[in-house]
Amino acid sequence: MQEVNWIALGIFVVLFGFISWLGFAAAHWRKGDLDQLHEWGLGGRRFGTLITWFLVGGDIYTAYTFIAVPALAFGAGAVAFFAVPYTIIIYPLLFLAFRRLWYVCHKHGYITAGDFVRGRFGNRWLALAVTVTGIVATMPYIALQLVGIQVVIGALGISGTGFAADLPLLIAFVVLAAFTYSSGLRAPASIAVVKDILIYATALTAIVVIPMQLGGFGKIFAAVPAQKLLLAVPGPNTTGSYSGYATLALGSAMALFLYPHSVTGILSASSGHAIRRNAAMLPGYTLMLGLLALLGFFVIGAGVDKLPEYAGGFKQFGNNFAVPALLLHSFPSWFVGIAFAAIGIGALVPAAIMSIAAANLYTRNIHREFINKNPTDKQESQMAKLVSLIVKVGALVFILFVPTQYAIQLQLLGGIWIIQTLPPVMFGAYTRWFNSWALLAGWAVGTFAGTAMAVATKLTPTFPLVIGGHSFPGYTAVYTVILNLAVAVLLTPLFNSMSSNRTDETVAADYHDKVY
Amino acid sequence: MLETQTKRSGWSWWYLLFVIQVAVALWPPFYNRIEPTLMGIPFFYWFQLLWVIVSAFFTAIVYFATSD
Repeated sequence: MQEVNWIALGIFVVLFGFISWLGFAAAHWRKGDLDQLHEWGLGGRRFGTLITWFLVGGDIYTAYTFIAVPALAFGAGAVAFFAVPYTIIIYPLLFLAFRRLWYVCHKHGYITAGDFVRGRFGNRWLALAVTVTGIVATMPYIALQLVGIQVVIGALGISGTGFAADLPLLIAFVVLAAFTYSSGLRAPASIAVVKDILIYATALTAIVVIPMQLGGFGKIFAAVPAQKLLLAVPGPNTTGSYSGYATLALGSAMALFLYPHSVTGILSASSGHAIRRNAAMLPGYTLMLGLLALLGFFVIGAGVDKLPEYAGGFKQFGNNFAVPALLLHSFPSWFVGIAFAAIGIGALVPAAIMSIAAANLYTRNIHREFINKNPTDKQESQMAKLVSLIVKVGALVFILFVPTQYAIQLQLLGGIWIIQTLPPVMFGAYTRWFNSWALLAGWAVGTFAGTAMAVATKLTPTFPLVIGGHSFPGYTAVYTVILNLAVAVLLTPLFNSMSSNRTDETVAADYHDKVY
Repeated sequence: MLETQTKRSGWSWWYLLFVIQVAVALWPPFYNRIEPTLMGIPFFYWFQLLWVIVSAFFTAIVYFATSD
């Protein structure tokens, strides 16, 4: 078994201690009354361009991303690079559709997607569907961030089973829970800055130093087996890996901004300008993500998966151990400590944001809607703080007692579920044409079909759609949201003729700026 | 009552840049090849990374062209 790497561990602990302090100190940053939900849950909507960049980037680029994308490149090859076109598509979406969402939410004080849907369509059941979907889809995602922390702790040499091995994770969790409780969104926002500096430093160093160590990119790519190097060319009568790749990118991009933590990140921005500027600047993160995917190939080039000292790690964590092994192999202990701290902190930031976002949803769209209709500000923020804590505990319990593979599969399902909220949220930002009950029906059909299709493919992401002898393998999420929309489009005229509920709190001018 | 606020709510021809950006990104047959390589990196990889930079430029152009 691997011994504890004391130097790396020491630096890891120091950096963790620093950001823990920062998380608590953040309560005083851009000071506001944290007993108000929008202060705790949206940072008072005071984050300018730069902070928003760090925060939204913290949503998109999570520890799980840094571990899992290279792991996928290592295991499956070229298909892992879908992360790059995925991020290329995100930015126009952010720029166009979600900027509109920002304006209308700002105007009406909406904190969540549930708030918006309730106001736009006047249908509390549609809003409930969006809310519950959001909460359910977030939970496995939080759990997977904790997996990221588990992997680096294991890589630092703290191994074994039982309570002692879980203790570091528990400590990290307690720290996370405590500063989220006290500071709300300001905590991950402040830490996100540190995290990104560390991640950038690690990624850039790795991308420069490791190829030099291995003798250049040519040598690295030469070590990759031919079938992993490119996408498999589709055979006759099928669009094969091409449609799989493209729909994976498209579906992931569409789903991303529907996740509650993305909505929270966006809505916390101080202006529509900040959103648009971010859409232009966030590609900086994409480049990093693309380079990180290449790290998976560096692992192959360096052959660390074949080295005996890492065998234990690969056995315990599977392909997720690829990046930690590569870093341990290529860098001195002090740098490894920094790199692992970057990944570990990279888990805390999105976990914090995700739990806050889920808490916002519950507090506004379930508790206030159905249970206590007139909470005081303090009651509201207290409820959110409590829910955020419960959500995190739930994720922790899940990770400690359920095999990781289930978390991954649940996250896949979560992606299919969350995309079903696209018609009311994204289309709703442009038009009121849809009937709210038709949208609800579409959501139900899409969710049911998506779950069934995912189960049928044994929880792999691609569904082989066959039309007239031609096969079009594609990401289940994309196919089901199209089905969802089709149902909503067909049923809208029908339901509209039966009743005429055209409630809409918003007006057209709310969706873009006049004075901001 | 004069309706003066209409220009920012509609389509701008600059958004075509976004269409190009997305269409190229989603067309694997175009970039699924090894040659030409750049510093030993196959085309599949360096082209997509380059396209990220190009997309950033497009987004910046659209931002400046459509803001007041």
